[in-house]
Amino acid sequence: MSQARFYGEGLPYMRLGELPGKLIVIEGTDCVGRSTQVEMLRRWLEERGHAVSNTGLTRSALTQAGLDAAKEGHTLGRTTQSLFYATDFADRLENQIIPALKAGFYVLSDRYFYSVCARDVVRGADPEWVRSIYGFALVPDMVLYMNADLDHLVQRVVNGRGFNYWESGMDMSMADNLYDSFCAYQARIMEQLNRMAAEYGFFTVDANRTADAIFRDLTGHISRVIGDGGGDS
Amino acid sequence: MKSHNYPGRLFIVEGIDGSGKSTQIDLLYKWLIAQGYSVFFSEWNSSEMVKSTTRMGKRKHMFTPTTFSTIHATDFADRLENRIIPLLKAGVIVMADRYAFTAFARDVARGVTRRWVRNLYDFAPMPDLAYYFRVPLEVSVERILSARAQIKYYEAGMDVGLSDDIKESFRLFQGRIMDEYDAMTQEFGFTVMDGTLPIEDQQREMRAIAQSVLNSAPGLRRTPRNSGMTEGGAI
Repeated sequence: MSQARFYGEGLPYMRLGELPGKLIVIEGTDCVGRSTQVEMLRRWLEERGHAVSNTGLTRSALTQAGLDAAKEGHTLGRTTQSLFYATDFADRLENQIIPALKAGFYVLSDRYFYSVCARDVVRGADPEWVRSIYGFALVPDMVLYMNADLDHLVQRVVNGRGFNYWESGMDMSMADNLYDSFCAYQARIMEQLNRMAAEYGFFTVDANRTADAIFRDLTGHISRVIGDGGGDS
Repeated sequence: MKSHNYPGRLFIVEGIDGSGKSTQIDLLYKWLIAQGYSVFFSEWNSSEMVKSTTRMGKRKHMFTPTTFSTIHATDFADRLENRIIPLLKAGVIVMADRYAFTAFARDVARGVTRRWVRNLYDFAPMPDLAYYFRVPLEVSVERILSARAQIKYYEAGMDVGLSDDIKESFRLFQGRIMDEYDAMTQEFGFTVMDGTLPIEDQQREMRAIAQSVLNSAPGLRRTPRNSGMTEGGAI
C-alpha cells in the first residue's frame, strides 16, 4: 500500500512511513465460507512468493478475556459493546496488521471493521457515529465481499455446525427460535454490508457457488488490482 | 454531547491530578445525602466489566493512544448504560469524579485528535454542573509528588515519550492536560473553581452553586433513610 491512507483521523501520533505490504480484506456475513477462502488464498499467495499474515475477527490479546467475559453476562449495553469491539479492532490494527504491513507482508484479514459496524448498526447504533469511531482504520488495498443469499447461508449452516446464539442475533429478541432469528438477523446484517459495499467500494463476489468458483473470482480480482498474479513483485 | 431531560441531575468534577476535586466532590456528596436526596456516586474507570482489561493493559503497557482512549470510553459507556442513565431517569442526583472531559484532556495530550475523541463520547449527556478545579501546575504537581511514593506509568504519560524521567514526564504531561482543560472551559461552560482557596471556602461556593441547580429540579427523589449509593469502592 506504500503510503498509508485512513478513513478519518487515522493514528496521528504514529509515524507510519512506508508500508510495503498489502492489506486484503475478505468480508461477508457469518457462515458464508470466508475461512475456507482465506486459507486457499493464503496458499495461493505463498506459492507466488508472498509472506502472508492471517488476521481475523478473533480477539486481540488486550480484549480477549474481558470481551468474552462481558458477552457471558447480561449487562453488556449496546454502546459499551460497540466501544469494546472498537478497542479490540484498534489493538489488532496497531499491533498485528500495521507491523505486518511494515514488514512487507500480505495481510489477509478475515473481516475488518465493516462487519463490526454492521452488527452495531443492526443493534441500533448511529451509523455515522460508528463510522467516525473507525476513522483510525487504514483503508485496505482491496476489500473482497462474499455475498450469498439467505437460503444459501441456511443451507451451509444446517449442513455445517448448526445455528448458534450470536450468529442468530438471539440477543436482539427478534424471534423465539434460532432459525427465525437467524433469518431475520442475517438479512439485516447483509443489508448493512450491501450498503457498505457501495459506500466503500468492495469487490463483490457471488458466494452462492462452489468454493473453487468463488476462489477463481477472488484471485482474479486480486491479480487485477494488486497487479500481481505472477511471482516477482 | 447533548443536554438531557431526565428528572435527575448530573454533577461532575474535573481537574488535573492534585487539584483537590475529589476532596470537594466527597464533601458535596455528603452534604446532599444529609439533605435527604437520593445520590449516586460514580468514579472514573470503575466499571466491573471493563476493569480487568484496563488493569492488564496498564500493567503490561499494552495501550496505544487509541486503545487507551477507547477502553476508557468503554468503561464510561458501561457505567452510563447500566447506572448513570437509569438513575437520572429515576430522579437521582448522579455525581461523577471525572467525566468525558477527562478523556478530552488526557487523550488529546496523548496524541488523538480533539474531534475524534469528542465524537467518541457523543452519547454522553451534558452534565447540569461541571466544576473545573483550577490550580497552578506547580501546586498540583507538588501535592502529588509529596503525597505519593510512586507515580504510575500512564499517569505520568510515560508512553508519550516526553521525558525518560518519570517526575519530569508527569510534570510535562500534566501541563499538556491542563492546557486542554483551560481550552475547554468556554467550549463546555465549566464552572471554574479556584483550587488554591481554603477547602471550606471552595465547598461553600460549590454548595451555593449546586443549590441553585437543585432549586429548579422538582423531580428529584429523596431517600427514606440517609444513605447514598456508590460504585467502584471508596470515594
